[in-house]
Amino acid sequence: MNSENPISDMHLDVLKEVGNIGAAHAATSLSQLLDRKIDMYVPDVKLVSFDEMFDLAGGAETIVAGIFLRIEGDLSGSMFFVLPLKSANHFIRKLISDKTFDFASPNLPEIGISAMQELGNILSGSYLSALSDFTGLKIYPTVPSLSVDMVGAIVSFGLIEVSHHSDEVIVINTQIREEGEDEASGIEGHFFLLPDPSSYVTIFRSLGVM
Amino acid sequence: MVILNEVIRVGIADMNIVKEPMTIRTSGLGSCVGIVLYDEKKKIAGMVHIMLPDSNLGKSDRINAAKFADTGIYGLMELLKAEGVRPMALKAKIAGGSQMFQFGSSDTIRIGPRNVEAVKQELKRLSIPIIAEDTGGSSGRTIEFNPSLSMLTIRTVNLRTKEI
Repeated sequence: MNSENPISDMHLDVLKEVGNIGAAHAATSLSQLLDRKIDMYVPDVKLVSFDEMFDLAGGAETIVAGIFLRIEGDLSGSMFFVLPLKSANHFIRKLISDKTFDFASPNLPEIGISAMQELGNILSGSYLSALSDFTGLKIYPTVPSLSVDMVGAIVSFGLIEVSHHSDEVIVINTQIREEGEDEASGIEGHFFLLPDPSSYVTIFRSLGVM
Repeated sequence: MVILNEVIRVGIADMNIVKEPMTIRTSGLGSCVGIVLYDEKKKIAGMVHIMLPDSNLGKSDRINAAKFADTGIYGLMELLKAEGVRPMALKAKIAGGSQMFQFGSSDTIRIGPRNVEAVKQELKRLSIPIIAEDTGGSSGRTIEFNPSLSMLTIRTVNLRTKEI
């Protein structure tokens, strides 16, 4: 570990383990909520440029339903739950039992919006409480906020804090998949945890790897 | 010979320049601002996609000029000058600076409007007139500039495509 590049592969592996624990808890919550088997796994933890971050979420111009929340407490950072519109519609239709709900429609029914926010709340809550138990750190999430827009416009908002320090960000990427659904109609989504650079050391210290 | 209308892409905290018949484009502007500087006669244009208002906000030793309104616009002007464009001939069109979310630290929520303010201040300092703008609101934007027409096309989700 040196001052030029303080993050080693070993550190990224530790963060991946953190992500896996969070993902397992979030998957359990989501399975209970939808009464279906949901898989969540952490395909990668990477140090990426901001443009690469947008690519992970499907490309800067892709239109998504994006939930954003900030994490405060012993560690700080941004968290996103990003779903392509097709997946978001699929989730919410099941959740509110309304087959006609569509995030692309101009007048969104309030119940769908609040269901989506609640989904973000439950998933991030279970993810972060697992992270808190594992690290012994106090973590307070803000209330999640929803925006249906381009990935670049949504995610860049969470990069503002990081951008003061760096042109790169560590992304803990969690992928969601509904088990048994075929590729074409399956749900896909991503959970992105972007710790503020000042929090990297806090996480590693709490886990005794620094 | 077939001339392809190639599009030059500008990433976040990035800048580039283009000559006709090529166009230049940046995607998914939220609180960030896209600034186009162009020479109408020479049909040359540059675009920078800034994230933050002021390079004094940078906390790292190595500064990426294209990330900040002050260093980004100045840096873009220098790039254009190197291509033989006179600063006097430059005009500007700008877009972006929206408020995507209504919460966060007060500084972060206001980042879009603060970026727009800083961009205007810097353009004024460099005596570059703003010919058109599409700023503020709460939507993301993708913008593309065509130097042969001096036209900026703006695409937003759920709104009609605008040309300014």
